[in-house]
This record gives sequence, C-alpha cells and structure tokens, in this order.
Amino acid sequence: MNTSLIDIQEMTKVFNMGEIEVHALAGVSFHIEKGEMVAIMGPSGSGKSTLMSIVGCLDVPTSGSYILENNPVEKMNDTQLADVRGHKIGFVFQQFNLLPRASALENVMLPLTYTGLSAHASREKALHALEIVGLNDRIHHHPNELSGGQQQRVAIARALVNDPSILIADEPTGALDSKTGAEIMELFQSLHQEYGQTIILVTHDPFIAHHTDRIIHLADGHVISDVPNPNPIKAGTPRPDDEI
Amino acid sequence: MLITQNILTALRGLMSNKLRSALTILGIVIGVAAVVALMAIGNGATSSITNRIASNGSNLLNIQAGRQQRPAPGAEFSQTYVTYADYQALSQTLTNVAGISPAFQSNYTVTHYAQSENTGVTGVTESYLNLHTYQIAQGRGINAADRKQENQVAVIGATTAQNLFPNSDPLGQTIIANHVSFTVVGVLQSKGSTGFINEDDVIFIPLETGYSKLFGANAIHNGQRVLSAIAVSASSADTVDTVSAQIEFVMRHQHKLAPGVADDFRVSNQAALLSTLSSVTSTLTTFLGAIAALSLLVGGIGIMNITLVSVTERTREIGLRKAVGARKDHILFQFLVETMTLSISGGVIGIILGAAIAWAVTHLNLITAQVTISSVILSFFFAVAIGLFFGIYPAYRAANLHPMEALRSE
Repeated sequence: MNTSLIDIQEMTKVFNMGEIEVHALAGVSFHIEKGEMVAIMGPSGSGKSTLMSIVGCLDVPTSGSYILENNPVEKMNDTQLADVRGHKIGFVFQQFNLLPRASALENVMLPLTYTGLSAHASREKALHALEIVGLNDRIHHHPNELSGGQQQRVAIARALVNDPSILIADEPTGALDSKTGAEIMELFQSLHQEYGQTIILVTHDPFIAHHTDRIIHLADGHVISDVPNPNPIKAGTPRPDDEI
Repeated sequence: MLITQNILTALRGLMSNKLRSALTILGIVIGVAAVVALMAIGNGATSSITNRIASNGSNLLNIQAGRQQRPAPGAEFSQTYVTYADYQALSQTLTNVAGISPAFQSNYTVTHYAQSENTGVTGVTESYLNLHTYQIAQGRGINAADRKQENQVAVIGATTAQNLFPNSDPLGQTIIANHVSFTVVGVLQSKGSTGFINEDDVIFIPLETGYSKLFGANAIHNGQRVLSAIAVSASSADTVDTVSAQIEFVMRHQHKLAPGVADDFRVSNQAALLSTLSSVTSTLTTFLGAIAALSLLVGGIGIMNITLVSVTERTREIGLRKAVGARKDHILFQFLVETMTLSISGGVIGIILGAAIAWAVTHLNLITAQVTISSVILSFFFAVAIGLFFGIYPAYRAANLHPMEALRSE
C-alpha cells in the first residue's frame, strides 16, 4: 500500500496543436509526502503549469498514473475531478482571481457553496480561514478596497477553507512587490510549520523556490533534478543581489 | 444555499450593469407587453361585439337592402330597397314570429335651444324598443296611437338626453330636427356603450310621423315608402331558420324576382353573425398575439447574445469556480439562473406595462380592453421558456470550458 500523499508515475501529457503534437510532460515521476513544502521550478514551457494543472486535478494526464491519497485520479471523469478539487485541493493564483463584486468573506465562502455546507457552517469556516491569514478585520471589504497583499491573503484563505490536502500556489508572489511577497511567503511557511499544511509552490523564480524544503526542477517535460533544500530561506530575508 | 447564492450573484451582476441589463430585457419587456396589451384589446373588442349582438336578441333576423344589382350588361347599377309594402306583406304572412319592426333612419342635426348634436333619427313602430331590448327610464315609448295620429313625439337615448338636456328634465321638452319639432315623451335606459356604435345616442319617432313630416323624399323611391331595415324576431331559436326561409319567400314574391335571379335583399341572422364575428376577432387576436410573440423571440436572441458576451467576459471567473470545486452542472445552473432572472424580470415588467397600456386604452375610451389571466400566464411562461431556451447554449458553453484554459484566459 502506497502511503504517499501524491504518487506520480511515468506521467505524460500530449497536446494536439493542429498537426503538431506537443509533449508538455514526457514521463514524470515523483512522490510528495503529507506535510511537505515543495517547489516545482522551471522556465516557462518547461511543463510546470501542465504538471500543476494535473496535480491540481484541473486536467488528466495522457498516460501514466497519478494517485492522490490512494485514489487513482487519472481515471476520473469531470464530475469526480470537480469533487476532488472542491474537497482536497486549494489553489492560489498569481492574479488572486477574486470575484470583484463579492466581499472578502463571500470570496472565501465560494468553495463551500459547491460542497452543500449550510450557510452558517460556511460562514464559521470562512471566518476561521480569514483569521488564519490575519484578515479578520477586513471581512466585508471588496477586493478593490484591499491591497494586493491583502487580496492574496483572501485568496489563500479561500484555498484553505476546505481544509485541503494540498495547497497549490502558482507564482503567488508574481504580482506583488518584494516586501508584500515576503509577507505572503512568511504566511506559507507558517502554514507549513504550524498547521503541517502540504504546499506545492510553482515558480520560475529560484529565490522563491528556495523558501521550500524540496525543489523539483523541470525542463522540457522532464524532471531534471529533485533535491531536498535543507536550509530554506526564511521569509523576509532580502533577495541577494546576484541571483542564486 | 447554492440556489440563493446563484440568484444573489445573478441579481448583483445585473444591478452592477443596469443599462446593459435594461437593454437586454427590453426585447422581452416589449414582447410580453405587446402580447398582454394586444390580447386584452382583442378580447375587449370580441366581447364588445358579442355583447352588442347578444343584447339585440339572438333570435333576431334583420332584413336590409341587398347588393346593388346589375340589371343588364353595360347598364348602371341600381340601388335596391326594402319597402314599407314589404313590411306589410311580411306582417300579414309570417308565422312563428314574436315581433316585426320596420325602421327608417336618417341623420339630422337635432337642437334644443343652444344645445345641438348630430345623430340618427329613426322612425319606428311600437314593437321596435322591445325587439331591440331597450328599457324605458322615464315617460313612455312610441305607441300605435302616435303612428296613427302622426304625433310629433320622440323617445331619446340616455346619451342624447345628456347631450341635449345637460341640466334639465327632457320630458315634455321640445327638440327640433330639420325645422320639425318633436316633444320628448320618453327617455331610455342606457344599454352601456360597448364599443363601435353608441346605442344610447339615438332618437326614435313614430314611423308614420317620419314619413309625413321629417324624412321627405329620402324615404320615397318610385312612389314607395322605403325602410332602412326590418327586424323580425323569431318566436324561439328553433324557428329562426324557418322564419328566415319564409322571409326569403315573401320578399322574393314582393320584389317579383324570377327564379334564378339573385336576392336583392339580405336577411342576416344575428346568431350566425355573432359566430362569424367572434371567429374573425379571435383569429385577429391570435394573429396579433403571434406577431407580438415574434418580438419575444427577438428578445430571447438578445438575451442569448448578452449571455454569450458575459460568458466570454467571465471566462476566468468560470475557471476559478471550477478550480474551487464547481461541477459542470453548477456552472450550467448559474448561467441559466442568470438568463432566467433576466427573462423573468423582463416578463414581469412586460406584464405590468401591458396591463398599463390596456388600462390607458380603456380610460381613453378607445376600447374596453380586458387583460385576461390566460394571456398573462401564457406570456409569462413564454418569457421563462425563452430565457431557458436561449440561456442553455451560453450556459452549456460556460460549463464546458476547460478549467485550466479558462483560468489562463486574459
């Protein structure tokens, strides 16, 4: 019995662009254990976004296996994938993707509307999630009344509200200045350390990637390195002048 | 929770873009309003015609001059007439008849001091009022003695009484038509105006008085006294056809029509007229409703168009909703709720507008429009169906967006 949270074996993803077949993933294998904080790194076109969308159950692989908490995901249909996303995955995006006409609280409650939870229970869970990200004094503000960092905190609260098995963050600091970005990285590190949250950070930025415990490096659809990072950068440390 | 959330989201979206929402539902509003108003007007017209004919008694047969005859090729058309002699012959020979009433009508300017109005003055016999279901409000009707003595008396309708005697009692007063004076001996109860012809704006005088003193040469043709019409009331609905056949026989004999020559008179049966007119007006109503329904269709296309734009604009939102666990049916449902919200609010506004138009038409005395529950329900559900039908395609498109591609769209 496999005990890994995520078990990916020989995964490929082929896109048909007219006559040309694009091999976005060309046989990728790795495990991620519960409680890990992992960075998936690579330049654009390396296949990291494709990998993220499959790990996040937004898409299915062309071949290979993906077992998430002992459930084979690669065989699931759209409805089953949606349910996995709703219950086990939390997404954080570079552009926050908040609903502009909904308050912070309503944005955080959004995933719960699809799980059939009562309005009262949803509100309690959303308030708790907002407290974790330190925004309990901004719950009725709309996204346009919040700073970029605050918007990303709302988005993180939204990702956490279902107690997901995996938190997937796609370039979460990409739209933020370095100081706010550091605050967000600090939040991720504390979620990892205090709550044991499994976090997958997708980034092209080596500095951000080095905030995690392990870095999987992707290029041309292959894993070219998968190494532990025993001394992760503590959030708030200034970015060195010469890039790592 | 999902349903309330969806409706709330839909309403919020619509309110945040008021002008666009208003323009989107305009087609539905106009369509529904047109259906409701036109059906109301059509129904009002139908019932006003029906009431008018029914109030004259449906056993009534009406004899009038027929089509103009073509006596010989190249010759001129000649006017045909129904004559007083025809009436006398009919009253002597017809059986199964409850009453027979000749009438000659002509228009005059009728005055009472400074008050004047232009109205029809009808020479009648004592059976006319009864046959045409008039009731006396004050005074008396025309009687046989009036005719015999050629009395210059008049019985006037309720509207005529109001017009000529706004502040006084008409009874015993004198009215003048074409320099001939008449004493008002009776005022009729209102029949209630039911549309095209006001049956309360009437003046009745004894037929013989009319011939000798008022109508003059208008009522004489070839030395014969002519009539506008002869009304015959059959004793019951069952005898209408028999009486009609008798009339035809007598009239052909009177007019010396050889076999094979077409009738130079018309016998109209009120019951037949009633069913013909009702079928014409209901066809017309349906036709108007169908044209109005076309604009509902156009309105539906408007909704589809805007919803497609909305799906495109909100691709990222759809992607996000899918990423946080929305299934296809959730997205489908959300967009259907939005189009339904649009079409239902359009439908409700349209019904209110249509009822307002019907009310305005009625209060401007154009026609008594009747808003029917069936037309309201019909157009409402049609609007809902339009929302559903034209919402499905955009909603289906939204539901089938690939979550990853939707999230990445700009």
